[in-house]
Amino acid sequence: MNVKNDFPILKRKVNGKRLVYLDSAATSQKPKQVIEAIEKYYETSNANVHRGIHELSSEATMMHEASRELVSRFVNSENDGTIFVRNATEAINLVAFSWAKNNLKRGDEIISSVMEHHSNIVPWQLLKGIKVKYVGLKDDGTLDIEEYSKLITKKTKLVTITHVSNVLGTINNVRKIGKIAHENNAKFLIDAAQSVPHMPVDFKKIDADFMAFSGHKMLGPSGIGVLCAKTELLKEMPPFMGGGDMIKEVTLKKSKWNQLPYKFEAGTPNIEGAIGLGAAVDYLQNIGMENVRKHEIELTKYALKKLKDVEIYGPKDLKIRGGVISFNIKDVHAHDVAGIVNEFGVAIRSGHHCAQPLIESFGVDSAARASFYIYNDKKDIDALVNSLEKVKEVFK
Amino acid sequence: MSTIYRQIIVDNYKNPMNKGRMRNPDVSVEDSNPLCGDKIRIELKIKDKKVSDVKFSGKGCAISQAAASLLTEEIKGKSLKKIIGMKNEMITSLLGIELSANRIMCALLPLKVVKIAVIKSYKQ
Repeated sequence: MNVKNDFPILKRKVNGKRLVYLDSAATSQKPKQVIEAIEKYYETSNANVHRGIHELSSEATMMHEASRELVSRFVNSENDGTIFVRNATEAINLVAFSWAKNNLKRGDEIISSVMEHHSNIVPWQLLKGIKVKYVGLKDDGTLDIEEYSKLITKKTKLVTITHVSNVLGTINNVRKIGKIAHENNAKFLIDAAQSVPHMPVDFKKIDADFMAFSGHKMLGPSGIGVLCAKTELLKEMPPFMGGGDMIKEVTLKKSKWNQLPYKFEAGTPNIEGAIGLGAAVDYLQNIGMENVRKHEIELTKYALKKLKDVEIYGPKDLKIRGGVISFNIKDVHAHDVAGIVNEFGVAIRSGHHCAQPLIESFGVDSAARASFYIYNDKKDIDALVNSLEKVKEVFK
Repeated sequence: MSTIYRQIIVDNYKNPMNKGRMRNPDVSVEDSNPLCGDKIRIELKIKDKKVSDVKFSGKGCAISQAAASLLTEEIKGKSLKKIIGMKNEMITSLLGIELSANRIMCALLPLKVVKIAVIKSYKQ
């Protein structure tokens, strides 16, 4: 895969060295096709959507809705059940505050997991009187699926799980977990922030009730994310926020809600964000998600072979591992690892990766993380490996 | 080769001064940096409004640990008033490096905890 030239930022230097960007699990870089789509929108069609009769407003509305169609087809969700939000975090909060708050009662239970990003833990903790239980991990960094049978009860109303761990790279068997949830009359949510950008994801085939992901991790701009949901659930749910665009009729006493998906999109939306995300989806589709996945498997395989004398977390089986490698060098803090490799132009993440319970479950308080995407190649991994040798030299 | 990881930082990280816990400290305070999870505890013995002994403990990167090591050595014997007036630049000059916005918080955590400890001792 040779797409580096599409990403203008990869031409810049950091500390006098070629930028080696290995932090795509935090956010991805943007191809010129996405940057140009946003630029073109502002230069030719900028207007508010869903209201004006004039030409620009009609163009902006068409572009905004064309992006929704691209996104819903990309993940195979209903167009009406594809709601634009700010990010995966907001999508999960929408489910917590619209669906859970109105359908769960005191004493009901939600099952999350130890593997989650804070965004799939904290929104549930904010619900009053609801018990949150957590499925644990096995030693190899995979989810202990057997544990569901112990945790699930008649009071379990929701099972929520990350599709791919942002720390371990573990790919969870979401179809199997969803089946367990539905057999027990619980709803099923997946946090797909780390899967939709990197592999084919089919919302209907997974049979989830809700699915959340962010645009900025899949070559799109920041500030745009998506909630996919079954429309029969969305129809029954009250609005998350009130305001313009989400109403059909307003009187001083009460209002009627707009149809889906607009009922959940109050106020002027992030129009440029949606258009940028549409361009990102278009770009990814041209490459093909199977090819994206293959490329990342190859890079992960190469990196696991090349990284020596470091402790690596997560499964070794490439079939159930995404392009994320968290690791530690003995007696060196992860921040120092990231700080030193930065001096060689290599960008990796360090810390608890917004997954404190998970990091602490390995008995450490931080880890370094390299994550891959379509614009990375084996040379990038060589640069990481070489810069890690410098880390060892500094701390020898 | 490395611009910020000077020998003084690596040495103080590997062999920190004043690291450990104190028996019967006059004041003991812990704080953390929520961004990176670095955690520092400072324990002081105070005599005649001066720091007569100090220990630090906790976890963190080389920058925060070296800063704690050098800072604790620096405040020994100093008056509480002088410690409260210590400026952030003092830490970067002890470390001998310039730090980016992302890393400066690591270096400043120990000074922040020392100041909280001194204020707490006033209140006691």
